[in-house]
Amino acid sequence: MTHEDGAQDTVLRLTGITKRFGALTANDDISFGLARGEVVALLGENGAGKTTLMNILFGHYTADAGTVEVFGRALPPGQPGAALAAGVGMVHQHFTLADNLTVLENILLGTRPLWAPGLGRAAARQRVAQLSRDFGLAVHPDARVGALSVGERQRVEILKALYRDARILILDEPTAVLTPQETEALFETLRRAVAQGLSVIFISHKLHEVTAISSRVLVLRHGRLVGEVATARTDRHRLAEMMVGAEISAPAPSVARPGAVLLELDGVETEAQGNATGLRGVNLALRAGQITGLAGVSGNGQGALADLLSGLAAPSAGRMTLGGAEVADWSPRAAVAAGIGRIPEDRHRTGTIADFTLTENAVLESYARQPVSRRGWMDRAEARRRAEAIIAAYDVRCPGPETRIRLLSGGNMQKLILGRVLEAAPSIILANQPVRGLDIGAVTYVQERLIAARDAGAAVLLISEDLDEVLALSDEIRVISEGRLSPAFPRGSRSPAELGQWMAGHGFDDAA
Amino acid sequence: MRLEPIAAPTPARRLGLPALALAATVVLASGLSMLAGADPLATFGQILQGAAGSKFALLETLNRATPLIFTGLAVAVAFRAKLWNIGAEAQLYAGALVTVVIGTQTGLPGPLAIPAMALAAVVAGGLVLLGPVLLKVRLGVDEVVTTLLLNFIMALFISYLLEGPLKDPMGMGWPKSPALPRDARLPRIVEGLRLHWGFVLALICALGVWVMQTRTTLGYEIRATGLNPQAARFAGIPVGRVLVKTALISGGLAALAGFSEVAGLKGNLTADLSPGFGYTGIIVAMLALLHPLGVVVSALFVAGIFVGADSMSRAAEVPSYIADILLAAALLFMVLAILLTRVRVVRG
Repeated sequence: MTHEDGAQDTVLRLTGITKRFGALTANDDISFGLARGEVVALLGENGAGKTTLMNILFGHYTADAGTVEVFGRALPPGQPGAALAAGVGMVHQHFTLADNLTVLENILLGTRPLWAPGLGRAAARQRVAQLSRDFGLAVHPDARVGALSVGERQRVEILKALYRDARILILDEPTAVLTPQETEALFETLRRAVAQGLSVIFISHKLHEVTAISSRVLVLRHGRLVGEVATARTDRHRLAEMMVGAEISAPAPSVARPGAVLLELDGVETEAQGNATGLRGVNLALRAGQITGLAGVSGNGQGALADLLSGLAAPSAGRMTLGGAEVADWSPRAAVAAGIGRIPEDRHRTGTIADFTLTENAVLESYARQPVSRRGWMDRAEARRRAEAIIAAYDVRCPGPETRIRLLSGGNMQKLILGRVLEAAPSIILANQPVRGLDIGAVTYVQERLIAARDAGAAVLLISEDLDEVLALSDEIRVISEGRLSPAFPRGSRSPAELGQWMAGHGFDDAA
Repeated sequence: MRLEPIAAPTPARRLGLPALALAATVVLASGLSMLAGADPLATFGQILQGAAGSKFALLETLNRATPLIFTGLAVAVAFRAKLWNIGAEAQLYAGALVTVVIGTQTGLPGPLAIPAMALAAVVAGGLVLLGPVLLKVRLGVDEVVTTLLLNFIMALFISYLLEGPLKDPMGMGWPKSPALPRDARLPRIVEGLRLHWGFVLALICALGVWVMQTRTTLGYEIRATGLNPQAARFAGIPVGRVLVKTALISGGLAALAGFSEVAGLKGNLTADLSPGFGYTGIIVAMLALLHPLGVVVSALFVAGIFVGADSMSRAAEVPSYIADILLAAALLFMVLAILLTRVRVVRG
């Protein structure tokens, strides 16, 4: 079912939206309409301008030009309150819930006048229960939000919007944190919402989800609306082409030839860090010449495992052996010295120092050793030579090695980190979300380099929340759930649905 | 009104804004001196005259700048690592204290006493800052609070010593320590001129800090730790140890101000040895944008304003407090200028 612009039942219309940040045009003259009872997918790579556009619609940003009309009336710019009152509800990628309050309290937060006596819980509880039934959003109203799973929290966010009589729901990358089963449940909720006359804008860069749920697809590229098609009249391949503007091909790794075990964890436990899950009785062997993929919903202990291999945390129980010898004095420097190459999850905050130059960033892990320094004195020419070598060999686009790395795009920053790691010829590589947020060209580049490192004999641990990426690259897959590790599944031995069961925590008790 | 970060500030922005800040300071001070009923141009002329108009004035300015270079360097070194050392005043007094104790109690001959006093001062100043830094590294205690409060603890401790164990028996009841013997004092650079070798030591320290920051692995570690401790830790930089080393250097530099004031100028310890050199060091370091060579320039500037304003207030009817206002305004405008080189204000 496709609604053309200009139809009578247009609930939302954006006209000529333009937004610039300095030299960058994040949104360039974007216009489209949203009809009653349809799901429109907003598709685009990271940095294409999707989130900016939605932030303008919701009043977080003010557009440099253009207007937003909801139910035929123009929204005053820069006022989230006005968008809310007009019936626009937004579910952000990062939830905006108070962990220490209950579900009901979170939903009521901000809906009552400041001086109203009491919260009117009884009536509210009934209404929330009704909404839960109508939209298939099962969640206990008295549960503390801090104790809920990510999927449940998302349901609370949606309930929050529905409770405020939202007629237009905006979901920003809603599936990034969900298992395949949870995603299916979310889609069921959206179908019910649409059947009841709501309209949905679904922001994503995952093609199969876009084709599964939307009736119409808008494609953004470099801030411009480059395509608008009915979902029924297109396919994933065509959408991908529109998104990146060129033919794409995912790297297909050759058959692995696994060698000796380079790193082994035997019954390893780590302490939970605040809200972050620790590891529970983890057994893991990383073999030379093999990519081990770690699948799982975010926050299930990936961080703990990455910290352990990075040297930031030590096991509280169990044994960790590297090349046959048990690890004693464990630190980031020890990890680097032991030949572990580490690509951290957050390249901006952990992988680089934004106000350091490329040269200074290139020697972050080698500055204390010869030949970059001798007896405490830095050899700046040598550091610069290293940076130039990485820039050339890894195709880092930059004005020069003395540029502050802050000015580089995410992809080029990641290439520098990749070069820093691979130039040290590590025997073990920890790649934690190595392609998150990169454009497709950079994704392919990074993945090919990791495969090449594997072929050269490195043991690679690939941690990713994108199941498709894990399936495509891994010779062997492990699933992590609540700090526990599943058995090793060879390539192709499990379907995404089966892995989804493991991701949701099923199967761990009978698998010792 | 919102602040939007600027990815790459132009050189015009980076140099123009600090210049604008100084200009704004001058405008403000002119207004104030007009309010006091004086001709602003004449006032500035007298300040300049008093700061650098004669050999005597110039030497006085250099003398006043010496402790400010030390405390300014102490603050600049610490702030680079985002170690907020507000306690240079306490470290200065610690340095002055051990200088007096070693100089008057050990009976070392001069050529040995001077290096021993300097070295002991450095160690003492480092140790005074070590406590707050260990509390910060181990327990996450805010060092702004601990270093600031240590200033008062040290001031009271010095008062106690000067009324008790360290009181000069020949001091006619004044709360002051015995004086250093002649040969334990820093000699004058040129005989007959009131400028001692402490000034040269301060210049050497500035050069040393600059070399340390730009050429050594420690300097690299300090900058990395200050800019992004999380990334520094991930890369294998021992962040806690770097902060401890930074503290020893910073505290040591501040303590050298106390050493140089006692051994070079005053000869003994009194409770009013420092008219806030430790605090003024923060202004000096900020005006220098934390650059160690810039600290020398800004210390001369700040000292010149103090010395010049003193002499100006004797000649004109403008109170010498204008020096404090000038410096406070210069600091505030400069902090604003530094902020505005990194962000721009946009409406909406």
